Amino acid sequence: MFEDHLKVVTLIQEAGEVVGRKKLQKMVYIAKKLNFPFQEKYQFHFYGPYSEELTLKIEELCNMGYIHEVKEKVSGYSQYRYAVNEEGQQLLSTYGAEIEKLGSCVRSMNEQSSRFLELVSTVMYFEKLEKDEIKEKVQTVKAKQKYTEEEMDEAFTYIDSLKSQVQ
Amino acid sequence: MAKLLGKLHEEKVFKDPVHRYIHVRDELIWRLIGTREFQRLRRIRQLGTTYLTFHGAEHSRFSHSLGVYEITRRIIDIFQEKKTWDPEKRLLVLSAALLHDVGHGPFSHSFEKVFGVDHEEFSRDIILGDTEVHRVLLQMGEDFPVQVAEVIAKTHRDKLIVSLISSQIDADRMDYLLRDAYFTGVSYGNFDIERILRVMRPTEEGVVIKSSGMHAVEDYIMSRYQMYWQVYFHPVTRSAEVILSKILHRAKELYETGYTFKRELSHFKTLFEGNVSLQDYISLDEGVIHYYFQGWMEEEDKILSDLCHRFIDRKLFKYTEMVSFTDGHLLSSYFTEAGINPKYYLVVDSSSDLPYDFYRPGEKEERLPINLLKPNGDIRELSRESDVVEAISGKRRTDHKLYYPLDLIEAIEDKTLKSKIKEILNR
Repeated sequence: MFEDHLKVVTLIQEAGEVVGRKKLQKMVYIAKKLNFPFQEKYQFHFYGPYSEELTLKIEELCNMGYIHEVKEKVSGYSQYRYAVNEEGQQLLSTYGAEIEKLGSCVRSMNEQSSRFLELVSTVMYFEKLEKDEIKEKVQTVKAKQKYTEEEMDEAFTYIDSLKSQVQ
Repeated sequence: MAKLLGKLHEEKVFKDPVHRYIHVRDELIWRLIGTREFQRLRRIRQLGTTYLTFHGAEHSRFSHSLGVYEITRRIIDIFQEKKTWDPEKRLLVLSAALLHDVGHGPFSHSFEKVFGVDHEEFSRDIILGDTEVHRVLLQMGEDFPVQVAEVIAKTHRDKLIVSLISSQIDADRMDYLLRDAYFTGVSYGNFDIERILRVMRPTEEGVVIKSSGMHAVEDYIMSRYQMYWQVYFHPVTRSAEVILSKILHRAKELYETGYTFKRELSHFKTLFEGNVSLQDYISLDEGVIHYYFQGWMEEEDKILSDLCHRFIDRKLFKYTEMVSFTDGHLLSSYFTEAGINPKYYLVVDSSSDLPYDFYRPGEKEERLPINLLKPNGDIRELSRESDVVEAISGKRRTDHKLYYPLDLIEAIEDKTLKSKIKEILNR
C-alpha cells in the first residue's frame, strides 16, 4: 500500500541529498520519462513539468519521519534539502526494493544544476516535437530563463546519455 | 488560408442555471459545440463519483465547458474596450475555453492512474487529430488548431490568453466553483463573479485585478478553499473513487493473466493492452463504464464482482486516518491471513490543496500570483494587500485516509485476528 512512497524514498536515497524542491520535482519527472516506475502525475505549469502528487508524497514522507527536510534561507528565498533519515534507511532495508539502473541516473542528475534540469525536463516534455521545434518551444515558454543554444544542445546530449544508461 | 467561419445570422442561446444564458454569436463556436467529440462531454459527469455523496452532482463536463466559454466571452467583451487587448485573439481564446476539457474521459482521475492515459494528451489529440473538432478548427486557418492546443496546454507564447483559461483566477475555476456549488446544493461556493469580471484588466503578463475588486477576489479564494474540503475531497466521494480504481486494476490484472470474461471486452481491450487509440478513447463514456460494471457484478472472480457491487449499490469502504507504515504492513498481513486481499481492500488515499500561493522563484509550484492594479498604476501581489489571503497563502492542507471494507472485517470468524485488525484501525 505504500509502494509508490517507497520509490520516492529510494530515489532520494540513491541521490544522497537533494537540494531544492524544484530539483527533486525535475529528477522524478526525468526518471519517469526514462521509464522508471514512478506513478506521479505531472502537468505543465508556467515554469515546467510539476507534480502536485509528488509534493504531497514528499510531505507525507516527512510527516511519517522517513525523509528529513531542512529549510534554509538562500539569497532572499527559502531552499529545502532532502535526505533519507535513519528511520527511512530502516524502512528501505525492511520493505524497499532496488530499482535497477536508477542509482547512476539519479546521481548523475543530482550533479546537474536545478536550472539545467528544468531545461532537460522541459525538452523531455516536448519530446514528440522535432528538435528545432523543441528549441523554439523552450525559447517561448522559458523566455525568462534565456537558455543559450549551447545549453539546449547540452540538454539533448544529456538526455541521450541518460537513455543509453537505462538501455 | 482564409477564415471560412464568420458570425451567425442569428445569435444562439443556451439556458444555463448558473449564468442564466450562454450566448453564441460565432459560427466557429456553434460548429464546435455540434461536434461528436464535444457532444460526448454530455455523457461525462463534471465531478465523477461525487454524485454518490451529493446526489445533485449529476452535471456534465458539457455544461461546465459551455460555462467556461461564457465567462471567457464576457471577459473579452469587457477587454474589447481596452488598448492592451488584441481583438484578433478573441476566437482563439473562446475556442480554447470551450475545448479545454474535451480530452476528459469518464472518471478521468482513476482511468489516468490505472491505464497511464492523460486527458491533456487526448485534448491535444482531439484538437490536432482526425476528428470533427479538428476539421472545424482548420477552417479558421492551418495553424489555428495548433494554437488552440497550445493555449490549453499552457505552452502558448501569449501569457495573457493562457491566464484567462489557466491561472489562480481563471474562467475554468470561476465556472466550476459556481456550478459545482449550485449542483451539489452547498452554499459556500458562491462569490460575486460579476464584480470580478468588471475589475479584470489585460496586461502582457496576464490578467490583473483592479485593487477596488480585492474583496470580491478574497471571497472567491475562500469559496475555493471551502469547496475543496467540503466537496471535492469529501471522504465518501474518495471512497467511491478508491473502489472504482480497484475495479479497473482488478479487471486489468485478470485480463493480463488470461481470465475469460463473460462479457466481450471490446471497449476495454486496448486500454488493458496499453495501446488505446483516439477513436477507442472517444467511444468511452460513463454509460459504457456502467454497462461493464453491471456485467462484471456477475463475474466468477469474487473480487471483481464484489467491488462492482459496492460501486453500483453504493456499499462503500469505511475510512480512518492513515496509519503508520509499520501498522500498514501489519494490517496487510492480517488481511491476507483473514483471506481479504489487501491489494484491493486496504487503500491509502491522500488529498492536498494549496488555496492560494504567491510566486517564489525556484520553489513551491511556481504558480503565477494574482496581481492587483493600484490606482497609481503600480502592481501589488494579492497576499501583500489582503490580510485574509495572506493568512492562507502558501499553506498546504493535506488529508490522508486509509480505506477498508468494514463488513468484510466484521465477517472474519477468527475473533483474535478480527480484534487485532480493529485495534489498529481504531487507534
